Amino acid sequence: MEATSTRANPLVDPGLTIWNQDVAIYLFLGGIVAGVMILSGAMRLWYKQEEPSLALRLLPWGNLALISIGMFCLFLDLENRFNSWRFYLVFKAYSPMSWGAWVLLLVYPVSAHMAWAETPAHWRETVLRKVPLLRPWGEWSVRARRNFAALSIVSGSVLGIYTGILLGAMPSRPFWNSSLLGPLFLVSGVSTGAAFMLLFRLNQGERRFLGFLDFLLILAELGIIALWIIGMAAGGEASLQALKLIFGGPYTAAFWSLVIALGLVTPAIAEFIEYKHRAIPGRGAALLVLGGGFALRWIMVYAGQHSGWASEASAGLF
Amino acid sequence: MERREFLKIGGAGAAGSVLLGGLGTDWFGSYGDEIKDPGSDGEKIVPSFCELCFWKCGILAHVRNGRVTKITGNPKHPLSRGRLCPRGAGGTGLLYDPDRLQQPLVRVGKRGQQKFEAVSWDTALDEVAEGFEKIRRQHGPEHLALFYHGFGANWMKHLFKAYGSPNISAPSYAQCRGPRDVGFDLTFGSGVGSPENTDMANTRCLVLIGNHLGENMHNTQVQDFSEAIRNRADLIVVDPRFSVAASKARYWLPIRPGSDLALLLAWAHVLVHEGGYDRETVNQHGYGFDAFREHLKSHTPEWAYPRTGIKPAVIRETAALMAGAAPRAIVHPGRHVTWYGDDTQRSRMIALVNALLGSWGRRGGFLVPSQVELADYPMPEIRKNGLQPADRPAASQYPLADTVLAQGLCNATIPGYHDYDLKGWMVYGSNLPTTLPDPRKTYEAIRKLDFLVTIDVLPAEICGWSDVVLPECTYLERCDDLHNPYYKEPYVAVRQKVVEPLHQTKPGWWIARELADRLGLEQFFPWKDSEEYAMERAHGAGLDCETLRRDGVATGVSPPTCVEDGLRPEFWTDSGKIEFYSNRLQQAGFDPMPVYTDHGDPPAGYFRLLFGRTPTHTFGRTTNNRLLSETFKGNEVWLNAETARLRGLKHGEQVYLQNQDGVRSSFSAPLKVTERIRPDAVFLVHGYGRKARELRFAFGRGIDSAELVTQAKVDPIMGGTGMNVNFVAILRAEDVEEVA
Amino acid sequence: MLEQQFGMTVDTRTCVGCAACVIACKTENRLAEGYVRNWITTQTRGRFPELVMTIRSERCNHCRSAACVRACPTGASHYAAGGTVQVTGSKCTGCKACMAACPYDARYVDEQSGTVDKCTFCNHRTSRGMATTACQEVCPTRSIVFGDLNDPDSEISHLLAQRDWYTLKPDAGTRPSHYFLK
Repeated sequence: MEATSTRANPLVDPGLTIWNQDVAIYLFLGGIVAGVMILSGAMRLWYKQEEPSLALRLLPWGNLALISIGMFCLFLDLENRFNSWRFYLVFKAYSPMSWGAWVLLLVYPVSAHMAWAETPAHWRETVLRKVPLLRPWGEWSVRARRNFAALSIVSGSVLGIYTGILLGAMPSRPFWNSSLLGPLFLVSGVSTGAAFMLLFRLNQGERRFLGFLDFLLILAELGIIALWIIGMAAGGEASLQALKLIFGGPYTAAFWSLVIALGLVTPAIAEFIEYKHRAIPGRGAALLVLGGGFALRWIMVYAGQHSGWASEASAGLF
Repeated sequence: MERREFLKIGGAGAAGSVLLGGLGTDWFGSYGDEIKDPGSDGEKIVPSFCELCFWKCGILAHVRNGRVTKITGNPKHPLSRGRLCPRGAGGTGLLYDPDRLQQPLVRVGKRGQQKFEAVSWDTALDEVAEGFEKIRRQHGPEHLALFYHGFGANWMKHLFKAYGSPNISAPSYAQCRGPRDVGFDLTFGSGVGSPENTDMANTRCLVLIGNHLGENMHNTQVQDFSEAIRNRADLIVVDPRFSVAASKARYWLPIRPGSDLALLLAWAHVLVHEGGYDRETVNQHGYGFDAFREHLKSHTPEWAYPRTGIKPAVIRETAALMAGAAPRAIVHPGRHVTWYGDDTQRSRMIALVNALLGSWGRRGGFLVPSQVELADYPMPEIRKNGLQPADRPAASQYPLADTVLAQGLCNATIPGYHDYDLKGWMVYGSNLPTTLPDPRKTYEAIRKLDFLVTIDVLPAEICGWSDVVLPECTYLERCDDLHNPYYKEPYVAVRQKVVEPLHQTKPGWWIARELADRLGLEQFFPWKDSEEYAMERAHGAGLDCETLRRDGVATGVSPPTCVEDGLRPEFWTDSGKIEFYSNRLQQAGFDPMPVYTDHGDPPAGYFRLLFGRTPTHTFGRTTNNRLLSETFKGNEVWLNAETARLRGLKHGEQVYLQNQDGVRSSFSAPLKVTERIRPDAVFLVHGYGRKARELRFAFGRGIDSAELVTQAKVDPIMGGTGMNVNFVAILRAEDVEEVA
Repeated sequence: MLEQQFGMTVDTRTCVGCAACVIACKTENRLAEGYVRNWITTQTRGRFPELVMTIRSERCNHCRSAACVRACPTGASHYAAGGTVQVTGSKCTGCKACMAACPYDARYVDEQSGTVDKCTFCNHRTSRGMATTACQEVCPTRSIVFGDLNDPDSEISHLLAQRDWYTLKPDAGTRPSHYFLK
């Protein structure tokens, strides 16, 4: 089959290049934020072994910083930034992008409350003495900290799933078009979130907990990736073409080395050994997980744009 | 309704109102939808006719705020019928081409150094007049030649006749259509003209030989072609390349290049010896048929098979298809037919097959067109000068050429070709180095000139070699002469000024008259301007000028164009009949009936160079048009897929072409590896690989087929230059550039 | 009386791919250099000399189940009167979700406004009561027909009733209003 097209629109031909590193970074940071929200909320509610470390208590502030960077990247990606406010005049239930815009609005107050409520009491008091106006809110949020922890888990999950659905809900791009992308990005987000937390000075119990949890998450992630691949392999012509992007196609090497080998299998082995030998998980495995998480999103964003519907396969032209 | 209605949670406003403090749904009209009107409809719409190619379709030019926004087809014009080809629609790309010539230029360096100085029109015109005057004084007016292409040249032709030179020529004859009209004229006593007199819309069977309608976009022809397809006419396409037309065909005959005449002879053989030809037509109107029958005897499909590569069964089937459809059958005469140097004979054979089908003067065949007669503008008669044109070395050469040969004038510039040498040229809208075969020879001639002036819209290569360059305004900025071609629906069309000329450009009529004034020929330009000239002619013919201006066209009444409508066919040949045997050819020393000659195969490692068109371009004239280049940005070298595989050449890789004379293309082009071409030929869209740097868009884009045409086989009958006789080798760009 | 549902047919038997439609669209809609809203696709199958080729003039399919409309977070992409898919530039943020969602890659970002744009089925003409789009008007082979699919007497309805046709990428689930006659 020889095919020619006279179309040569910028960003569209010969392959779609509408979304670049800005979106990959945004999805990556969004995943970490989702992970940290879920994990810090969960640890507030259920992790009772010891007094939380200072690092763990301050991490929600980091969340606010990360989501801001992520949103800035998303903002950079917009071609018509003056219209950004248009996201907030309407909610479109079928549009993952609309969900995302609103979820981000939810993430901010929840993270802010969490961050405030987790801040050590004497620091909070210093602030409230200086800004007495904040006192009613400041004290209320601390009282409601368990509620905010729960809300943090919920909104973190929505954020994590949304980052996957944003791509997964595109029937036009078979490489993305899988409902497994939601759980995949969620699990990967929590995994990278755990890895991110492990970069800080947590206490030993927290490290062991997160290290082993990350091991389990990586197993889950590998499982979902396997299912995602099986789903594509069991799909129609367009899906099979899409699968070739990572089976012999241009993204094969990057996917299997950066994502699978270095980003998932290696840290999983390391974390398992640490667990087996009751060692304190270090930062090496965490860095690999973060690298792998970024590579996954990078490849997803770029490769997905290269996938499409093979016209001749679907139209029955001749 | 199938359309999904969308869930707007809280009517969109609720969520918004929470967060934005009660900002309502319709604030700022945020929920009103608007689809903007681009505003391209004209405040003023001016009818005129196109000049992007030479078909001259009627257009409507929309003007808004002094700018031409768009050009649409004039529904009242018989050639456009409200529709246009891409080039016609892209006329604004020429008008607003940033590379247009903007002011008169005078050469300052040596000729060919491409150094110019911008001067005033007065200075430039004085210089041209002085150049002309000098030649007239020193050598005589015949020593000045005019090369032209395009409708606006009428003024220059008139100027040259008044000045006293017979050396006026357009390459559209000997480099393009000439052989076809001579071949048909020898047979039917009439050429096919432009627009061609084929009635494709009503045909039952259409045969195209190397004619890539659909890629060659003469508007009306393609309209009629599509009509034929719609009417389920049988289409037979003979082409070494799977052209667009071939893809629509019932039969595609991928013929061995150069063997078309063998196929035509075999078709004629089948029709005559195996039955199917139109006996009535032949008996009633034929001359010399017995000799022709005898001549065909040996030209069986089996004879043709090894020559053409077309299986005898296919030759018979296609011949039967034609015969079954006759007289509503057309073997199309083609348009650019200067291929192998025996093109007159091939064209004549096409005419003869049509004669056997009895399709001349028949509906669905060839119509007999007419013309609206126009009055001449009253002016003194121009007396003819004594000397003959210099285009032929002797009167016996190319005896059937019925016009001056362009390459002959080029040759006559090099001393020793003719009794007298040409000393000066005016070149109007014709880029000779990419038009005449062997550009090396053209440049050699240019070096010999005392004086060279070009009139053009764009800075084509020829401008760089000129002494004076006069920037003409485009067809949208000027009024020209009336156009009244021979056509089945006779009409008169007017070219009207749509907008004022941009930059310091001037219309051709003004340039011609200014030069006439300076040369003391003002009595031959007695009119005020072209508009007055055109309207006087229309008025003299009894046409209503206001209607003509408003509609852009006035149609006349046609006498019968075919037998079905009551036409009584007449043949203006010597015998007054369709000449199967031509005494004229025989007396001039040529074969009275077409004889096949083999044109060989490419040497090992070489491919036959074939070239043609893409729908968006009129060869090099439009390749700098950025609007038209939206769909076709540069040419590719077509190469058969299997051949490419065997040679390890990859689709898309950059290659150079080098011909049998060692001439290598100046630039490279990507390889198009395709099943759509024979293994022994490569194909290029011509008009690319421009070398004039001032054509900033087209410069260096693709490969120029013309520079590889260093060989031409000249048709001894009428002087046409057969250009498909060149062979090229493919060189990978990486290898070429490594050596360099 | 059903609501209008505009659609288009391109006759692939007669279309020669000359691209007059592309150029006419560009001038009609005053598109910037380098951008097109319609284009020519050719597909050739087979091996020399047994070949089949299809030529199509393509554009936005104005899907009845448009992935772009679903993907749009602001309501800029919407269904307009006549069932066509349109973009309200003043609502568009340029997030490009619609471009990712469109299986036909029919959309582009206009470099000047930063908003997404595409074929409008010449809404500015048809809403004024004109019967043709610019591409249909110019088409020298009369291959393009625009009209109301819900009007049983329209030319387009007759063509679809009489001729064999297909839509592009039907399994993408978009239900195009743009048909190609075989």
